Amino acid sequence: MSDHRTVLSLQGVTKRFGGLIAVNDLDFDVAEHEVLGLIGPNGSGKSTTMNLISGALSVSEGEIALRGQVISDLPPHKIARRGVARTFQLVRMLPSMSVMENVMAGGVFGHRRRWGRDAERQVMKMLELVGLDRRANARPSELTYIDTKRVELARVLVGDPKVLLLDEWLAGLNPTELEEGIALVKQLRDEGRTIVLVEHVMDAIRSLCDRCVVMSSGQKIAEGATEQVLSDPEVIRAYLGEDDA
Amino acid sequence: MMRMKSTDYKALSVSIVLLLIAICLPWIVGDFALTLAVNMAMFTVLATSWALFSGPTHYISLATAAFFGLGAYTMGLGVDHLPFWLLVILAGLFGAIMAGIIGLATLRLSGVYFVIFTLGLAEMTRQIITYIQNATGQKGILISIWFEESTFYWMLVALAALIFLVGWLIGRSRLGFALRIIGDDEEVARHSGINTALSKVLLFMIPGSVAAMSGAIIAPRYGYIEPLIAFTPMLSFQVVIMALLGGTGRLWGPLAGVIPFSILWELISASFPNQTTLLLGLSFLIIVYLLPQGFVGLLLKIRAKIGDGRGY
Repeated sequence: MSDHRTVLSLQGVTKRFGGLIAVNDLDFDVAEHEVLGLIGPNGSGKSTTMNLISGALSVSEGEIALRGQVISDLPPHKIARRGVARTFQLVRMLPSMSVMENVMAGGVFGHRRRWGRDAERQVMKMLELVGLDRRANARPSELTYIDTKRVELARVLVGDPKVLLLDEWLAGLNPTELEEGIALVKQLRDEGRTIVLVEHVMDAIRSLCDRCVVMSSGQKIAEGATEQVLSDPEVIRAYLGEDDA
Repeated sequence: MMRMKSTDYKALSVSIVLLLIAICLPWIVGDFALTLAVNMAMFTVLATSWALFSGPTHYISLATAAFFGLGAYTMGLGVDHLPFWLLVILAGLFGAIMAGIIGLATLRLSGVYFVIFTLGLAEMTRQIITYIQNATGQKGILISIWFEESTFYWMLVALAALIFLVGWLIGRSRLGFALRIIGDDEEVARHSGINTALSKVLLFMIPGSVAAMSGAIIAPRYGYIEPLIAFTPMLSFQVVIMALLGGTGRLWGPLAGVIPFSILWELISASFPNQTTLLLGLSFLIIVYLLPQGFVGLLLKIRAKIGDGRGY
């Protein structure tokens, strides 16, 4: 289904660490304006896949293409410049910089490059979007956990990426924060952003993802519309089979 | 952040006044103080350029002596054939090339490996020159030109002014911003589209080039150079100590370390000529323990306590 609307496509992607196969012959496409959930039990290779797409890890076999152009042989900074932006499983702030500069870091060197007033304007717009415009001059150490997550989201948004990779962006939030977080990602979806998200929180998956790819032991075991996939017996088995995932 | 703000104009006018005072110094002070001032100017040049790279990236380079010696030898070998100023430029060029090669080879290394490599490199360069000299039966090089002490001083002050200008421009540039991001989190830098290896190599070439130029400028002051003078490892350590004492968080930080340390150094080496290395080591420990962010950090902390609110 590599039609013109396909933004990101993985074909036969395999990653080996020595004898261990972390991702095995994985295929999937992400269409424009789509929110794709990458789900599965712990250790199933979701985060490895995110790292392969963003170039933090190199693929052992197979190809990853962005709008038809192969990116899996590029270093991470070039992949970022092509328009793939990511958040990290553990939030990564730039501790010596203000919130404003933390966000600006994502918009100066990446896909859409801005500098000077233009960059500052764009940063403020993104801070407004995530609801942090009043904390522009704060230090990361002064922020609450969810606010650091918001900063990270603003940082990846500011470069106007073609694909957004959210690696467990909602993890570790309390119920109120989780609601806010889901609302925020929903807003991005409604704006027509293309998003791949790795997530464990079922409520989030149900309310955000158009489609899901389910992984288990490095392999894709199911793919399809979210509700349909979540009621697939094999998916349920994969989740419940590992009792203390 | 990138525009000229009122604080920029204030900083600019203060810098110009300080520069004018520095320029007038030789007419005001005596011979002894001028000699001290030449040392201060030289260390201002070395420590400030060192901090341009090592400040934001936290890569501690102990290779200053290698570049400095390269410059001194460029002058020593070329002074009978080429004009002085051309040799200074050539030295700068050689320094930049050498730093570029070292950078490509080592800047993928992290922290402590980089420190060890740069120290080893400086020592190796010294040993190679010594070996070549021994093999050719040469002892050292006489440098046949000579300047007034004030001329050395003015040349170094001019170089220092140039470095401050370059540092200020880098601080406002994308490259400077990239370096700060790399220093905070290299992973974030890479995934934000920064070519981290290239940025580091480019900026490492500045202290390399500048140290080589200083070596070339100062070589005639020695009159006679040999490996132990031109490549003295002590120089690399002094530069690091002064820069850290002042603090690398601000462009003027190293200067705030150079002035008191040069005076202290003068006193120590005059009063305890045999224990200078010991005392140098001791002062290094004290600085790292008591002033991890240098005078800059101390000042900012005090300012934050007073409640200026802006902190950094």
